Amino acid sequence: MTSLQHVNPTVKGIRESAHSGLQSLAAHVTQEIAQGVQKPFKEVIDISSGDPHKAGMKPISFVRQVLAVCLHPELLGNTTLPWDVRLRAQRLLEVCDGGSVGSYTDSSGIPHVRQSIAEFIMRRDVGVHSHAKDVFISAGSQRGLLVILKLLASGEGDTQTGVLTPRPCPHTLPTLLDDAGVALVPYQLMEDRGWAVDLSELHRALKCDRGGCNPRAIYISNPGTPTGHVQDWKSIEEVIRFAAAERLLLLVDEVYQDSVYGQGKEFISFKRVLFEMGKEYSGTVQMVSLHSLSSACMGECGLRAGYMELVNMDPEVTHFVDTMLCTDISSPVTGQLALDLMVNPPRPGDPSYDTYTQEILLIQATLSQNAQRAHEFLNDLPGMSSQPAKGGIYLYPRLHLPSEIIEKAKKLEVEAGVLYCQMLLKEEGVFLGAGCQNGETTGNHYLRLCILVPAETLEEVLARLASFHLRLMDTCPYPDRGVKGRDIRDTL
Amino acid sequence: MKKLDSTVLARRANQIKEELRQKLRKPYKRVIDLYWGDPHAAGVKPLSFVRQVLAACLYPDLVNSNTLPVDVRQRAQKLLGECAGGSVGSYTATAGIPEIVHRISEFITKRDGGAPSDPKNIYISPGSQWALRNILKVLVNSQASPRTGVLTPGPCYPLTNFTIEGLGGVTVPYCLSEEQGWELQVEELHRALDSAKGVCNPVALYVINPGNPAGYVQSRKTMQEVIRFASEKRLFLLADEVYQECVHGEKSEFLSYKRVLSEMGPPLSDTVELASFHSASKGFMGECGLRGGYVELVNLDPDVMKCIYKLFSTDSCAPVLSQIALDLMTSPPQPGDPSYPLYSEEIQHIKTMMVHNVKRVFEVLNSLPGFSCQPVEGGAFAFPRLHLPPKAIQKAKEMEMETDLFYCMRLLEETGVLVQPGMENGPKEGTLHIRFCIMTPEDTMEEILSRLSSFHTQFMKDFS
Repeated sequence: MTSLQHVNPTVKGIRESAHSGLQSLAAHVTQEIAQGVQKPFKEVIDISSGDPHKAGMKPISFVRQVLAVCLHPELLGNTTLPWDVRLRAQRLLEVCDGGSVGSYTDSSGIPHVRQSIAEFIMRRDVGVHSHAKDVFISAGSQRGLLVILKLLASGEGDTQTGVLTPRPCPHTLPTLLDDAGVALVPYQLMEDRGWAVDLSELHRALKCDRGGCNPRAIYISNPGTPTGHVQDWKSIEEVIRFAAAERLLLLVDEVYQDSVYGQGKEFISFKRVLFEMGKEYSGTVQMVSLHSLSSACMGECGLRAGYMELVNMDPEVTHFVDTMLCTDISSPVTGQLALDLMVNPPRPGDPSYDTYTQEILLIQATLSQNAQRAHEFLNDLPGMSSQPAKGGIYLYPRLHLPSEIIEKAKKLEVEAGVLYCQMLLKEEGVFLGAGCQNGETTGNHYLRLCILVPAETLEEVLARLASFHLRLMDTCPYPDRGVKGRDIRDTL
Repeated sequence: MKKLDSTVLARRANQIKEELRQKLRKPYKRVIDLYWGDPHAAGVKPLSFVRQVLAACLYPDLVNSNTLPVDVRQRAQKLLGECAGGSVGSYTATAGIPEIVHRISEFITKRDGGAPSDPKNIYISPGSQWALRNILKVLVNSQASPRTGVLTPGPCYPLTNFTIEGLGGVTVPYCLSEEQGWELQVEELHRALDSAKGVCNPVALYVINPGNPAGYVQSRKTMQEVIRFASEKRLFLLADEVYQECVHGEKSEFLSYKRVLSEMGPPLSDTVELASFHSASKGFMGECGLRGGYVELVNLDPDVMKCIYKLFSTDSCAPVLSQIALDLMTSPPQPGDPSYPLYSEEIQHIKTMMVHNVKRVFEVLNSLPGFSCQPVEGGAFAFPRLHLPPKAIQKAKEMEMETDLFYCMRLLEETGVLVQPGMENGPKEGTLHIRFCIMTPEDTMEEILSRLSSFHTQFMKDFS
């Protein structure tokens, strides 16, 4: 019989995720409630991950209507649906074999959708060209990223491929790197500057690890996940120059590009900056940028589709990307079509335009207001400090835990932030993420919460969190108040 | 890693489609693409109930309108209640929505005459190959020396072999006996295993039942022999059963490996490690584009199960719509439900179509000199054998092409029919085959057989 010793070492080496432990606990608590166990709360509220629909955010009507018609083309004759919905569904069905979303497609995506995405990128990055052949659709952006990482991966020990990875990073990234067999080389983001990227820190990280592995790529997310940092032009340029000088492949996660709300902030794509840096950069720097249906406005995580655009990559490499995507067969057709709707929304004059615009504005307003509210609220709690987020869908406040809690965690052999989350879950039914899942190893403790939730849900979470947190702080005599992150406006 | 050689044919097919769009004159009006097992692409209609429920799940306003039958609306409502936030856009648990996984385990138990099925052993994935890939990844150590081997049938579904090699493993082919209706003979399994000595370390045995590309349905006796062999040689049994709904032979019956194993009793039933795969892509639903499948794991070490869970968790979850499709496949409308009459009519129509198609394929191809075709008992493909004249083989050599690819290219150019060259499936050395999908409307199949017959007759004459 196959036993652990026979299991592929790469699989054995995938680290245990603290997140799954908390997920099991949340499921357990939910089950207890279902069985009638008395608790001070009626249900568990889970805002540990970026899953807006789960939290109660509504999907975009236009998207759902078009997809419903594509699934059930008899609805083409249903006049209660706006004509632009039906026309778009008809056009999309024409690019599906046999006029059905149940047919296979090319592994890298339906050509029509790849073209739509290329055109979207060109519109977004005014003046920069984009080709459909450089756009690859995968079942979620992480799946595309995995293909790239696998192509990079080689060697073991000090020749093992390494990827410079921010700390904190998205909580799913460390296990993905393990799965690909590449080493994680952390570079610290600067908390006191709103989690900015620091060039000297990039150099330090690289130098420190050159002996330990072979760094070949640098991963960065903008807007930052979970930090909420939005890079400005200069910062992006610095990173590009660094990657160019050190011959690192740029892996740029831009999934939350549609969620920048900080005043004076805007989303600038890495590609756009690259192409304004002159031929020596724009013709040579190799880059992969990622986007997905799991974006703020769409929130369609369950449809499973994302894309990556490859820039300046060797044609042989793109050939291999296509080959490797074959083993996944393809991204689900409904997801591919949803990507088309994401990059090609209703236009002014279309019947669906007003509703569409209202829904987008509502999502953006909710996000912006929640970010402000949560930041101020949490920052005011003793033993908690929060950097203002400028984009993205998370808040990442820091916990200044009393030594009693840290001691208790040590005794239980659990990370202190995780213990905090476990206790919060059991006592208040609130499920947040722990910073250690985001690669946090400095000894500081952080919480991760998704703020793309209905405002009432956020209020409920904040109330329960405050109640728990203050109780905890009260039981410990001398909490460390830490350095409060203040928005620059607060000091004016 | 080598890419499948389908590119040259696929590229030419796309070119021809473009040429037809531009109204270039050809002896045919459209390309008939039978390369993949893709019923919808071939013109088979999706099941109405499935599409109606999915549409209502996507756009819940439909649940409250009278456009859809009441059982469709009730099912959609129930399913939406099982989705986080009532939306198919939310993530689900790694292995799938628990209620759906549970219902799948009930389907399996019912299908297998009561053999118990534990929901904890079931993972829903974006297609069965995704799950297969994960299981193979656990078993195949790319850095092992000697390399890990997996016994696979010849002929086989090409993607599986491709995946094994991509993971750093070695495929060890065992030949199916074409003259005996593609029977799997256990002596051949022994021979294959022996051939691996000194070459690789075989850890698993992959079987496809009903077959792909060859359309056999295994007998209980064969399956028992396979199970005993796997047990004796300590091989992990990987049973690809995605075509279980496609049984056309009158005397054939699908039995799952799980059922046969369970009915063999202990110690085998408690010890043979088995992974069985099913999918929403094949069978009556034919929803290849939704990307939904599942694996059921039996008799695995708990620590190994933990590793499998960890690996599946590195991806988010299967698309919610495909999870729902699997639920509809395993819990279809029942007699008495408003949708039942239409549903059973559509199913019957597909069944009749398949029986008609396999009969016609068998008749027509066997009547043509240079063709021989085993009866297609199950699956979605015909895999007839070509007996081509030496001149044709010579011409192919001159063009630096494999003979069956040469035949398929000519067929495509002259008739617009796209089929897969048999070499992709790794059949026995020195034999030539083509594979084509037979899940097509009846009139399309007649059209195909007509074009193929005239082409073949001419081809044989040209190279005689």
